[in-house]
Amino acid sequence: MKWTLVTIIVLATTAGEVLQAIGMRQHGEIHDFRPGALGRVASALAQSWHILAAIFAMAVSFFAFMALVSMAELSFAVPVTAASFVLETFFAKYLLKEHIGRTRWAGALLVAAGVALLAL
Amino acid sequence: MTSPLKRLHLKTRIVTAVVVLSNVLGNSFLSRGMQSVGELISPSPIPYIRALLNPWVALGVSLLIVWLLSHMALLSWADLSYVLPVTSIAYVLVALVGRFVLHEHVSMTRWAGIALIMIGVTLVSRTAPRATLRLAPDTIKPQHSEGQS
Repeated sequence: MKWTLVTIIVLATTAGEVLQAIGMRQHGEIHDFRPGALGRVASALAQSWHILAAIFAMAVSFFAFMALVSMAELSFAVPVTAASFVLETFFAKYLLKEHIGRTRWAGALLVAAGVALLAL
Repeated sequence: MTSPLKRLHLKTRIVTAVVVLSNVLGNSFLSRGMQSVGELISPSPIPYIRALLNPWVALGVSLLIVWLLSHMALLSWADLSYVLPVTSIAYVLVALVGRFVLHEHVSMTRWAGIALIMIGVTLVSRTAPRATLRLAPDTIKPQHSEGQS
């Protein structure tokens, strides 16, 4: 049961964050953080199916996470779900076509190795 | 007037801090609440709704909503391959909260993992938040702030 939940969380988080990245990139950079401007951002985002699908995926991930922390320790639940990190970096490179330079690769690999050690 | 690149870095730092803190605090409160609610596996939504009435769970959920929104804002200008490693500093904070607040035992392996994450995060945070080709025109002149729709 634990591992089923972990699988659901990892897949839903990956889908949710990649869709968020696509939707937010289409929207463009947020410059104005005053409430009125943020309200207009919200109404623009509510019309993006990428963002709506992202929120749905994040909700699935959230409820599965809620079930997971009801039966497992937080120090297990948090690092283990970080497996999404690897999947998402893959999608960032091949689906979002992000340019990942040498420094960023090195940093991302160190973080992934560190998270793997935490999960042991 | 600071340069646009400096302002982008400052804005990125501030929003990243909000993303990380809301994530760590949100998850900690959620976890604390769910431990008092008890095991939860149910196809029906009712036990989940009941769990949301627990004050710790409600506080955790509110912070996780802040997390989702600030994360979306960050992704509006930063690469996903930048956001992922940089926000991973949250794992370090969770371990530190475990050690110093909850008095959990943190093994040598875990400390080594924490050290690796911190070095990795430092490296990635020194790269430009957006390294894709669209960088130049978008950052130099502030374009539309609310999107086109």
